[in-house]
Amino acid sequence: MVEAPIKHRSALNNWRDKLLDRLEPPSGPMADLQAISRNQLESLPAPDCSQEDWRFCDLAPIAEIEPRQIFSLIKPAAPVVTNQVTRVVIGADQDPLAGVVLPEGLTLLNETELKQSLGNNSNLATSKGHWPLELNQAIAPRVIGLRVRGKVEETLELVCDAGNNRGVIAVHVLLILEEKSKLELLQVQLSAGANLTSVVVEVQLQKGAQLQHGLLALGHPQSALLAHLSVDQEPTSELCQASVCQGWGVMRHEPHLNQLDGGAHTELRALQLVNSNQLADTHSCVRFNGPEGALDQLHKAVAAGNGRSVFNGVVQVPREAQRTNAAQLSRSLLLSDRARIDTKPELKIVADDVKCAHGATVSRLQQDALFYLQSRGIAPPQAAQLLLRAFCDEVICMLPTAAHAWQPLTRLLDAV
Amino acid sequence: MICSDAPVLIEICDLHARVDDQPILNGVNLTIKAGEIHALMGRNGSGKSTLSKVLAGHPAYSVTQGSVRYCGQDLLTLQPDQRSRIGVFLGFQYPVEIPGVSNLEFLRVSTNARRLEKGQEELDTFAFEDFVQERLGLVQMDPAFLDRSVNEGFSGGEKKRNEILQMALLEPLVAILDETDSGLDIDALRIVSAGVNQLSNAENAILLITHYQRLLDLIKPDYVHVMAAGRIVRSGDKTLALELERNGYEWVDQGLKALGTT
Repeated sequence: MVEAPIKHRSALNNWRDKLLDRLEPPSGPMADLQAISRNQLESLPAPDCSQEDWRFCDLAPIAEIEPRQIFSLIKPAAPVVTNQVTRVVIGADQDPLAGVVLPEGLTLLNETELKQSLGNNSNLATSKGHWPLELNQAIAPRVIGLRVRGKVEETLELVCDAGNNRGVIAVHVLLILEEKSKLELLQVQLSAGANLTSVVVEVQLQKGAQLQHGLLALGHPQSALLAHLSVDQEPTSELCQASVCQGWGVMRHEPHLNQLDGGAHTELRALQLVNSNQLADTHSCVRFNGPEGALDQLHKAVAAGNGRSVFNGVVQVPREAQRTNAAQLSRSLLLSDRARIDTKPELKIVADDVKCAHGATVSRLQQDALFYLQSRGIAPPQAAQLLLRAFCDEVICMLPTAAHAWQPLTRLLDAV
Repeated sequence: MICSDAPVLIEICDLHARVDDQPILNGVNLTIKAGEIHALMGRNGSGKSTLSKVLAGHPAYSVTQGSVRYCGQDLLTLQPDQRSRIGVFLGFQYPVEIPGVSNLEFLRVSTNARRLEKGQEELDTFAFEDFVQERLGLVQMDPAFLDRSVNEGFSGGEKKRNEILQMALLEPLVAILDETDSGLDIDALRIVSAGVNQLSNAENAILLITHYQRLLDLIKPDYVHVMAAGRIVRSGDKTLALELERNGYEWVDQGLKALGTT
C-alpha cells in the first residue's frame, strides 16, 4: 500500500537497490546517461524528511511498490481525439512516435542532437545528484526528443497511463523550441494501481518562443508520481504552465525554470488536490539570471480527509536581475480538520530595483458564500461543490483546450 | 393589501436571539398574512437585520426563546436551504460576491431547487434561459450580468437588482428585503420598487426593512413597525413612517428610558 504513512529511510534505499539489480543493461540512445545515473543513484541516499527539501514529503511509501520496471502499458481509455490534436501514447516497450504523423513544425531530434542537448538544461546541470532525476535517467528507456520550428497549429498531447501495472515507468521528454516558434503541449499522466511514474520534461525556449504546457495528472491512492519540469528561457520567450494533479498516494511536482538572461515571461498555474492519506508536494523554483523578467505564479491546493498538501515556491532574483516583476500567490482550501497544508513562499532577492510580491492564504470554504447559496435553496453539499468547482476552475481553465475532453473538473470533484 | 381572512404566512412569537453572547432580539412579535406588505424601521443596531437573518436561518445567530411558524410549520427547525425551498426569501443588504460561480448557473440551480419543492419540473439550460430572460425585464437588468460570477464586480445597484431577479425567479411566499434601497440611485430605486410591486400579490407577503420613506413612497406598506432594543415597540399604518420621517426616533429613546431599557 502506498498510503502507509511512515517507513524507515532504508526501506527506500533497499527498494532502489532491488530496482537497480533488476534493470536490463543500459541500451539505446540513453545508454550512457543510464549508466552514469545508475552509478549515481547507487550511492545516493534516498530522500528523507531530515533533508530540508524533503521535510514534508515522505517518499517512503514508494518502497511498497514492486521494484521492477514496467515494460508494457495498456492502451489508455482516452477520449476521441479531434483533428486539432496530435496524440502520442507512451507505451514503455515501444517507440511512442512510431507511426505518428507529426504536425507541421515538429520534427524528431536525431541521436546526435539528443546526445548534445540531453541534460544540458541549466537546471538539470545544477541538479546532479537529485534523486528523482537520477532515478528517471537511470531507467528511462528512451527520450521523446522534438524540435519545434514556427507555429505548430495542432496541440501535441502526450498520454502515459501506468494503469494497474505494478512497478516503475519512466518517461523523458526533450523539447527544443526554436526562435519565435509556438507549441501547445498537453501532458496526461494517469495511473490506476500500485506503480510509480517518473517523468522529466526538459525544455529549451529560444528567443521569442512560446510554450503553453498543461499537465493533467490523475492518479490512484496506491500510485506515486515524480514529475520534474526543467525549462531554460531565453529573453522574450513565454512559458505558460498549468498543472492539475489529483489522486496520487504520493506526488512530487518540481517545475524548475530559469530565465537565462531575464526578459522572459513565465506564468505558472497549479492545482493539487489531496484526500484520504494522500500527499501532494509542489516544489517550484524560478530563477532570473538577467533583468526585466516577469513571473506570475498561482498555486492552489485543496486538502480533504487526512490529505497533506505541500507548496514550496522559490524565486531567485540575483543582483543582475534588476527590474524583475514577480508575483507569487498560494491559496489553499482546508476541507477537513485532519487535513494539512504546508505552504512556504521563498523569495531570495538581491537586486534592489524589483517588484516582487508574494502571499499565502489557507482557509475553509467561505461561510458567507455558503450561507448565501443555502439561502437560495441550494443544499450544503451542492453549495460546497459549487464553491469548490469555482476554486478549481481558475486553474483548470488554463489547461490547453484539448484537456477538456478528459473532463478534469468532473474527475476532480468526484474524487473530493 | 389587507384582507382579514387571508391565511397567516408567518407568525413570530416572543422571539429572542443572540449572536455569540450578545442578545440582539428581545421578544419580537409579528404576524404577517398573505397579500400584506410590512415595513420594518428603526435605528441602526435595533435588530432589524438580525431578525431577517434569524428568519433565513443564518448559523451565526442562535434563537434562545420564542417561535416562528411559517404556514403552520416550525420554521426554526429547518435549515436555511429548506426554508428557501418552501418559500422564505431574504434579499441581502450586502449580497455576497462569489468569484468563479456563474450567476446563470447559480440562478438555475436555485430556481430548480425551489421548483422541485413546489412539485414543478426542473428547467433545463435552454428552458431556464427563456425563463430568466423574461424575468430580467422586471428589473431591467443587462443580460451580460448572467455570464459573470455571482455579484462579482457588480455595482451596489446591480447587486440589488440581482437580488430582486432572484426573488422573481424563486417566487417566494414571504420575501424579507433587507435595505433593498441602500446603494440605489433614484432611477434604480424606481426600477427595483416597480419590480417588487409587480411580484407582490394576494398569495405572498413582503417584509421591507428600510430607513427611509423614499422606498415607502414607491412600495406602499400596509403596516409599519418600529423596532428598538430588539423588539417591535410600535406598529401602525403607513402614516407612522411619515411621522418617523418628521420626528425621528427620540420618542423611542424616551419610551425605552421609561421602561428602564436602552
